[in-house]
Amino acid sequence: MAVDMTEVRQLFFEESFENLDNMESNLLDLSIGPIDKELVNSIFRVAHSIKGGAGIFKFEHIINFAHVTETLLDEMRKAEHLVTQPLIDLLLRSVDIMRMILTSLQEGTKVDEQEVLDCENQLKSFLKTPIEVPFLEGHKSTSSTNNTIIPPTIPPIDPAEMLIEGWHINFKPYPTLLATGNDPINLFRELANLGTLEIFPNSQQIPSFLALEPQTCYLSWELNLHGQLPKTVVEEIFEWVEGDCDLEITPLKKNLPSQIAPNLHPISLVPSGKSSQREELSASSQKLNAEASSTSLRSAPIQLGQPVEIKTEKVETETQSAPPFTLPLSSSMENPTLSIEAINSPIPSLPLHLETLSLPLEDPVKPPLDSSLDTHTHRNNSSEATSIRVGIDKIDDLINIVGELVITQSMLDQVGEDFDNSKLIQLRDGLSQLERNTRELQESVMRVRMLPISYSFNRFPRLVHDLSVQLGKKVELKLSGIHTELDKTVLEKMSDPLVHLVRNALDHGIEIPLQRQLVGKSETGLLHLHAFHQGGNIMIQISDDGAGIDLEKIRQKAIQQKLIAPEDRPSEEQLYELIFQPGFSTATQVSDLSGRGVGMDVVRRNIRSLGGAIEVQSTLNKGTVFKIRLPLTLAILDGQLVRVGQEIYILSLLSIIESLRIKPQLVNLLAGKAEVYKLRDDYIPILRLYDLFQVTPGTTQLDQGLLVIVEGDGQKIGLFVDELLSQQQIVIKSLETNFKKIQGISGATILGDGSVALILDVAGLIQLFHGRTQITVPRSASFTRNLI
Amino acid sequence: MTQEVTTVSNKYLTFVLATEEYAVDILRVQEIKGWSKVTPIPNTPDYICGVINLRGTIVPIIDLRLRFGLPCLEYGPMTVIVVLRVISNQRERIMGIVVDAVSDVYDVIETEIKPPPDFGSVISIEFVKGLVTVDEKMVIILDIDRLLNSNELAIVEPLTH
Amino acid sequence: MACNILISDDSISMRKMLAFTLTEARYQVTQADNGLTALELAKTQTFDLIITDVNMPKLDGLSLVRELRTLSQYKYQPILLLTTETDPEKKQEAKRAGATGWIIKPFNPDKLLAAVRKVLNCSP
Repeated sequence: MAVDMTEVRQLFFEESFENLDNMESNLLDLSIGPIDKELVNSIFRVAHSIKGGAGIFKFEHIINFAHVTETLLDEMRKAEHLVTQPLIDLLLRSVDIMRMILTSLQEGTKVDEQEVLDCENQLKSFLKTPIEVPFLEGHKSTSSTNNTIIPPTIPPIDPAEMLIEGWHINFKPYPTLLATGNDPINLFRELANLGTLEIFPNSQQIPSFLALEPQTCYLSWELNLHGQLPKTVVEEIFEWVEGDCDLEITPLKKNLPSQIAPNLHPISLVPSGKSSQREELSASSQKLNAEASSTSLRSAPIQLGQPVEIKTEKVETETQSAPPFTLPLSSSMENPTLSIEAINSPIPSLPLHLETLSLPLEDPVKPPLDSSLDTHTHRNNSSEATSIRVGIDKIDDLINIVGELVITQSMLDQVGEDFDNSKLIQLRDGLSQLERNTRELQESVMRVRMLPISYSFNRFPRLVHDLSVQLGKKVELKLSGIHTELDKTVLEKMSDPLVHLVRNALDHGIEIPLQRQLVGKSETGLLHLHAFHQGGNIMIQISDDGAGIDLEKIRQKAIQQKLIAPEDRPSEEQLYELIFQPGFSTATQVSDLSGRGVGMDVVRRNIRSLGGAIEVQSTLNKGTVFKIRLPLTLAILDGQLVRVGQEIYILSLLSIIESLRIKPQLVNLLAGKAEVYKLRDDYIPILRLYDLFQVTPGTTQLDQGLLVIVEGDGQKIGLFVDELLSQQQIVIKSLETNFKKIQGISGATILGDGSVALILDVAGLIQLFHGRTQITVPRSASFTRNLI
Repeated sequence: MTQEVTTVSNKYLTFVLATEEYAVDILRVQEIKGWSKVTPIPNTPDYICGVINLRGTIVPIIDLRLRFGLPCLEYGPMTVIVVLRVISNQRERIMGIVVDAVSDVYDVIETEIKPPPDFGSVISIEFVKGLVTVDEKMVIILDIDRLLNSNELAIVEPLTH
Repeated sequence: MACNILISDDSISMRKMLAFTLTEARYQVTQADNGLTALELAKTQTFDLIITDVNMPKLDGLSLVRELRTLSQYKYQPILLLTTETDPEKKQEAKRAGATGWIIKPFNPDKLLAAVRKVLNCSP
């Protein structure tokens, strides 16, 4: 049988990463000075459980490293250290190292050993006690890439012990032995697994029946264990009763009977309730013969459950001639006095010497470690199955709703049976109940995909800590609304944009302490991440109380980059818009700090690809707020139905800025063909949807329809439609499943009447539109063009 | 053996389009349904009528008359849509074709299918699997995978596929 | 009747590993993710064996053993500690608390089952 460890491995990684996140945040909570014992304890536990788990998979890098970390933390929790910033920083680094090792183990890549070693040495330099090598099961190191589990091996026999016939064991338990939960019968059974065992009980200490304390151990034993075994193996059996008994283990000489007190009779150990040994022995090849196992000891390690050739003749004859005295093996735990029972029964007069003691080892476990395990535990890169943890309340909700659904169904069933018009009301009620159930079910299933934003926010304490140290700034991070839930996909895709915005706030927003003092602010800047629900959307705000965005600087840069003319007087909104232009913020910096991988244009593109939007508000010397609006989920969208002729199209509500009746006097014609609409300070190109889609419209007169101002990919455009219909939640269906991608269409949905309506992709429409109208825009409109 | 090979036959569904009778492998036919409102898709060739909702999935509808350059008929209650399973780039797509009328189901012995002559038919021989004579009528067997993956119907798979 | 084993460990993967190995060996397994829960569970029924981690939140392993030994039904039941300690001093501490024996982490499934068999009288 193969134990499929892949799943356990996966779980180990998930758990370890989660634990490291906790360890990190606990480290960040640690205050300088005396130890907060509870906190250090929980940090300690992380290193401890990673070490323990890693041991199962023989991940040596992490075992060793976690061991050093654990040792230092152990010293800390014993209050041998004071918490200092360097100590916290080092432990934070060790979190990073452990993450790195785990990641490379998970992905099967190489570990940067130098870095591990560096950090390990630093950790060791903090240690007060020298480090001991962590315990590894009896075998020498295996490389970390070889994640197979090695079967237990029995230590080689000392050549001097080779000559030994076996061991004589004098075992005198203290009366209290049973109170530790240990039971001599179990020890004997273990011994019998090693070789032929003769048991000579000594019952002299048993008091009279009335004085008998059933939970006291009155017996002692002398045992002969035949077989060439190292002494350590025998000692190991008694490891747990050490200190609860007198134990003597001496080599067994050839003439063993002389060693035994004459009044003792040996007892053979055979399982109870097995009347016919012959049947038992021939029936199962899973049984392990003691003789066979003892001889095979030298040659090969025993694997439990491996079929072993069984010799039966001797046992057969002996069992037939005289039934052996049996000790019940399966005596229940409620009855720890089993040996007394055994002693009170008549001891057979004929001393039985069983040369071979056969103990059917009914191993119900096929060995968990057979060869097929190797293939299972080997790294499978494609097994990167992502999973989410779902709260039990969400599952319970689902079960409840399904329960209701079943009730509704059976109710409808009843109505359906000999249906007549009198049951119409019941039918209608049933159907509306069904509708409610379905809606609830849909909502609940969606909720399963939702994760709290804390998954994303939790990394920021560390990031802010590291960055503020690096930048020499003092920053207080405030997180709120961390339980706000987002779709898993949205959450994942928001991760990078959020990091960028937080870094921006620290880089460019919050000033160094001195400068803050100069403008009369407290030395410590505030960075606030806030998530909340607003009208079916998720809002995330990243606000700082830093220097704010200097619009004049932006204007100068824009002129320098020829995005605007010096005589242009762009609005604030238009200037903020420039931040999101590709190449604007990263190519030339508003502040002196170097740029990073992604620019604000990428941030906005990511957010838009999720159907969201971002805007910025800033006050010089007061601070900046970035507001991100995101849809709750990607499978459903809040749609605005619009009509063009006979056709119904759907626009995402998020893309709509406003809709208005067209005033003909505000429509201008550029280059004699391209229509633009003057909306306040903006010129918005007009896209006649009927024209682009070649459908017969209700009207071609601009003043008789509506202009829906939409925004896509940073550009605004006015869609001319006949009328707006209802707003509703729609389920997005792919066109690509059976057809293909069509530009300007992001998908389709099925309306209440069963007909199909297309969902418009505003960015695609704008591209399509620009492709059609190759117009040259006069100078006066160039600024607008650049911004839209 | 040879005797057996010659008797291998498959069932074909035939339909009429203008004056000619066409056949498709019946195993590819998912269902035959009447006309229902089709949502047109902008900026696609006229032979792509649009999409319909087939039990929750969006299925494109192709007018075969228009695809073959024949004058189109008005759609109405008599219009028939044959819903087919088309293999495209190793995946299955469900598509509907509009035909004049469904005619019959024939057993066609594979060996009796003749290669298409390069005759002046309305359709390009590239979409014809062969010709077969049934009851002294000529039936054109269509290669629907080719036909419904041609031109605008082709899937442009990303290169990374 | 199958043997009932209670395992107590705060690490999910360790619990899963234990539960998996023991269940495969046809033992009945009940799980607790901290010492306090383990103690509560232990009071609801008598387990044939309790396997507990040492370092756990709420109630650590050694305290759990001490608590269990005060209960009449656990006075003589086997209790094994999961520990990474190889220090003889720690082992004695475990014994004094009343543990039957210990399983040194890391362990492989064979080791675990061998240790379990060593203290269990019931067959799975």
